Amino acid sequence: MKKLVARSETIPAILLVLAFVAGAMQSKFFLDVRYLLDSSTLYVETGLLAIGMTFVIVSGNIDLSVASMIALVACVTARLMGAGWSIPAGCAGGLILGLLLGGFNGLLVAKVKLPSFVVTLATMAVYRGIAQVLQGAESAKLPSGFVGIDMQHLPGHVPIPLVILLLIAVVLGLVLQRTLFGRWVYSIGTNEEASFYAGLPTSTVKIAVFALSGFLAAVAALLLNSRLGVARFDDARGLELDAITAVVLGGASIFGGKGTMLGTMLALFLVAVLRIGMGVANVKAEYQLAVIGTLLIVAVLAGNVATKLSAKR
Amino acid sequence: MRPDVVHRLAALREAGTVVLLAGVVVAAMAKNPQFLDVKNLNSILLWIPLLVVVGMGQMLVILTRGIDVSVGSTMGVAGIVVGMLFRDHPGLNIYLGAAIGMAIGFVLGAINGGLIAWAKIPPIIATLGTLSAYRGLAFIACKGEQIDSNNIPDGLTNWALFGPITINGVTISWLIVWAAAAAILTAYFLRWTRTGRDVYAIGSHPEAAQLRGLPVTKVTFLVYSVCGALAGLAGVLYASRYGFVNPGTAGQGFELTVIAAVVIGGTNVLGGSGTVFGVLLGCLLLGTINVALAVLGIDAAWQTLVYGIVILIALTIDSYLQRLLRRLAVGA
Amino acid sequence: MAFGGVEVLKGVDLDLFPGEVHGIVGENGAGKSTLGKLIAGVHRATGGELEIGGSVRTLTNPRQALDLGVALIHQEPLTFPDLDVAENIFVGRQPKTPARQIGWKRMYAEAAVLLSSLGVSLNPRSKVRGLGVADQQMIELAAALSQHAKVLILDETTASLTPKEVAELFAIVRRLRDEGCAIAFVSHRLDEVFDICDRITILRDGEKVGERTPSASSIPEIVRLMVGRELASMEVRHATGLGGEMLSVQNLCQGSIFHDVSLTVRKGEIVGMAGLVGAGRTDVARAIFGITKPSAGEILVDGKPVQIQGPKQAMAAGLALVPEDRQHHGLLLPVSIAENASLAILRSLTKGGWVQSKRIDENAKSYGKKLNIVMRSVDQPVKDLSGGNQQKVVLSKWLASQPKVLILDEPTRGIDVGAKAEVHRLMRELADEGLAILMISSDLQEVLTISDRVVVMREGRLVKAFEPNEATQENVMLAATGQEAHAS
Repeated sequence: MKKLVARSETIPAILLVLAFVAGAMQSKFFLDVRYLLDSSTLYVETGLLAIGMTFVIVSGNIDLSVASMIALVACVTARLMGAGWSIPAGCAGGLILGLLLGGFNGLLVAKVKLPSFVVTLATMAVYRGIAQVLQGAESAKLPSGFVGIDMQHLPGHVPIPLVILLLIAVVLGLVLQRTLFGRWVYSIGTNEEASFYAGLPTSTVKIAVFALSGFLAAVAALLLNSRLGVARFDDARGLELDAITAVVLGGASIFGGKGTMLGTMLALFLVAVLRIGMGVANVKAEYQLAVIGTLLIVAVLAGNVATKLSAKR
Repeated sequence: MRPDVVHRLAALREAGTVVLLAGVVVAAMAKNPQFLDVKNLNSILLWIPLLVVVGMGQMLVILTRGIDVSVGSTMGVAGIVVGMLFRDHPGLNIYLGAAIGMAIGFVLGAINGGLIAWAKIPPIIATLGTLSAYRGLAFIACKGEQIDSNNIPDGLTNWALFGPITINGVTISWLIVWAAAAAILTAYFLRWTRTGRDVYAIGSHPEAAQLRGLPVTKVTFLVYSVCGALAGLAGVLYASRYGFVNPGTAGQGFELTVIAAVVIGGTNVLGGSGTVFGVLLGCLLLGTINVALAVLGIDAAWQTLVYGIVILIALTIDSYLQRLLRRLAVGA
Repeated sequence: MAFGGVEVLKGVDLDLFPGEVHGIVGENGAGKSTLGKLIAGVHRATGGELEIGGSVRTLTNPRQALDLGVALIHQEPLTFPDLDVAENIFVGRQPKTPARQIGWKRMYAEAAVLLSSLGVSLNPRSKVRGLGVADQQMIELAAALSQHAKVLILDETTASLTPKEVAELFAIVRRLRDEGCAIAFVSHRLDEVFDICDRITILRDGEKVGERTPSASSIPEIVRLMVGRELASMEVRHATGLGGEMLSVQNLCQGSIFHDVSLTVRKGEIVGMAGLVGAGRTDVARAIFGITKPSAGEILVDGKPVQIQGPKQAMAAGLALVPEDRQHHGLLLPVSIAENASLAILRSLTKGGWVQSKRIDENAKSYGKKLNIVMRSVDQPVKDLSGGNQQKVVLSKWLASQPKVLILDEPTRGIDVGAKAEVHRLMRELADEGLAILMISSDLQEVLTISDRVVVMREGRLVKAFEPNEATQENVMLAATGQEAHAS
């Protein structure tokens, strides 16, 4: 029991149940499994960003550029497919681009040795800016064969994007928890200098973590393209907030070294339920943003208090 | 002597900004010899004041190793609330309106300051959260309704149109006067008051500041509060400049422009060094780039990209200079 | 006073009188620096009373202590690199003009007077970035003087000063004493303590074990009190069969930090490296291990030249470094013993990329047994362990990498006497098993007790090498302080 209380995932799990109960009391839609499953496709992109962000935050960094990477990759793949690239080739191009954009962030953080929040604040503007220059106010159409993945279901009305998200979460959760790379990410987030002294390739790991974040943003971009059918430069604006909130709410320490994929996913569903609930209650987008922003601060505050309490014990 | 090298490099850094500024002007002149005509000069001068006002606050924050990305939203809240006051009380004194805007900004900034100084939340996280929270607040305050131009008193919009000095058609508007006041007061604060010097000391070596008995928590709280107050003032100036306030767009994304101006002006993102003069140069450079883009017929879509690149270049150069300094210090 | 569950100070009484220099001595980890920090309000006492100028005070921060006239000069100078010299002296208390502005002119003038009274030729307008440690310490001292400190605590202030600088400092200290300051002189350099102090308090393991006056005592007596046993009873057992040269460093240089350092360590040998703090010993160790890049020189391991770009290559070449700063460079404090012990060899504990937690635990258990680590289980976070056991975890991390050469930087700093003896015994065992050990230590007793050979660094150069049985406390100290010329 004591162990359960001490686990960082416990709080988001309890909150998730509470949110469900509150939601169910508000609207009957809320217990409609089909409605919930359909709505889930809206949060798959956030989920993918949150998975990458878990690695980044556990490594002691932050990536503010994720939403901009989605927009840029979405626009570029749409343009590539529009220019006659086949769907698989366009997808591959987009994924490689995401890897490169993330890797560039990592390179600046690891080699130029700048704090990740300024680097990614700048690339957030750069990547969004390139998308804007490329695309202007126009939307780029995607080939019809590529559109509509969110309408594809497995038996039991489980949408394909949700399956993709859960698969990636399980695999990368295992990578974070059980592989050499994952343990290195924790070590570097806990104490980068001691990790360097112990012979860990700290620069390489940091670059890899940011590249992974970029890659997952690219996956999210492809799903977004398929869901919306068009790509715009202002796609996914502000999504980094939801992703960061999910990770921190899931028990990761903003100072690095602590956090789990299970916690992130629980918190992601909490954020999604909140958003769906607010959507059902017709809460405006800006108010929703304010709620998420406040939630982020409360999550960090709660984390700090928990750390202090456990230090006193 | 080594410390002199340090001085010279800092001056070199500001000289670099001037060279870049000259480069932009020359490039624009090559394309359009009339680049520095009255119309363009006026638009540069109209563009800069908001940037300077918020830039002063952001600089104080960055000097302490912090960052405030919520300034754009703070502008929005202050602009909306003061706009509503003008709408509902048409006779309201515009100076009182500006003061109320500053007070609102101060409170929002103080919330940031409290979260960062006392609750020890990293600045980027705290202000990323309030960036969204305050934007929502702007909507809640006005129930989503825009403040239209007929609700903004003429006295306020006149700040952007007229000023105490006009030379050959180039107007030094009242907005410029506000910006100059903000810059002069900030420069005075940083140079001539103990708290101002504490700001540099805290950013230069936070642990030493604590152990030497400086009021680190209070000063940290103060810089965010002041940054908020200046953003609040900028919200009112926004109403003056644009003649309307929309809860969604007022100040939206402005944090990026401001951080770009502060960083390109030579303020070290790792704290401890930076000057008002440098930040003013940074604002002038961004303003000139912005107008030059339009004159050169480059699409407005380039703006964000240019800000991002400007920040990246400034950061990389500064990081390189810092390392050069360290290497000079050990003679290796 | 307690840190992380370890009691640092236990019921210590200390009286500082005006016009007196009071020495506080003890071994590393005896609690002398902590005592200084308590008086200066940096740490808060968990019990006891502090009386300043006759009234009982509770200090919660350094500012209060400063306001009461208590100033602490730190071992590592606390200066602001972006501010100039004068501001570093007056920060937080800059003189003001009648218009309540900062009086820059007056500040520079006052700084110039203060600095010249200290006999320092620093330009008050120079930025502090790039200044040496001695200059920075003088700035701190000037800061303390500028606020008319009545109680001055010097915490190992002489540790990185040259003999000339020490003499200058002592002249100032004597003057302040005669002007009525109460001065606490925290040091482990006993000759200096006898030179400058009027009374000496001796600490051992956080307890006060005696108070003496220099005239009625002697260095051997103080040492006996500090270590709690007779010097002669210390076990000295040197290596018997030495093998070939395992580590050979030739003409290693690094900018202005160290020059032309050449040394060798043979298989089965423990080489002690003595010197003052700041002599460049840690810098040499870090350069050998690839943390920083040397600007010239060659490193040979087991007779073969190696190119070391970073710790990874150093490890591959068979080197290991137990760093000086255990908490920042040696350990992941909130993480388990098992993970810390396996950090350097994690790659070899994987199968197909997956980490095998069973082997991680086994690794920690086997070293826990070998090094006698006191722990509840290998899952316990390292931060809950005592200093000695923490150091053993660092040791297991490096032993697990099966090095040929082990470099230890201040291996027993801040650990209690029992654990210290154990670490020493372990080092000897490891050397007997064929490891080549290079040990950096500021604890002269430690260097003399367990080293087979002793080398001494001073001001970035390796100035002296002693063959077995040649080194004595006196000649090593003389070499380290640069006074051997006067002595001979």
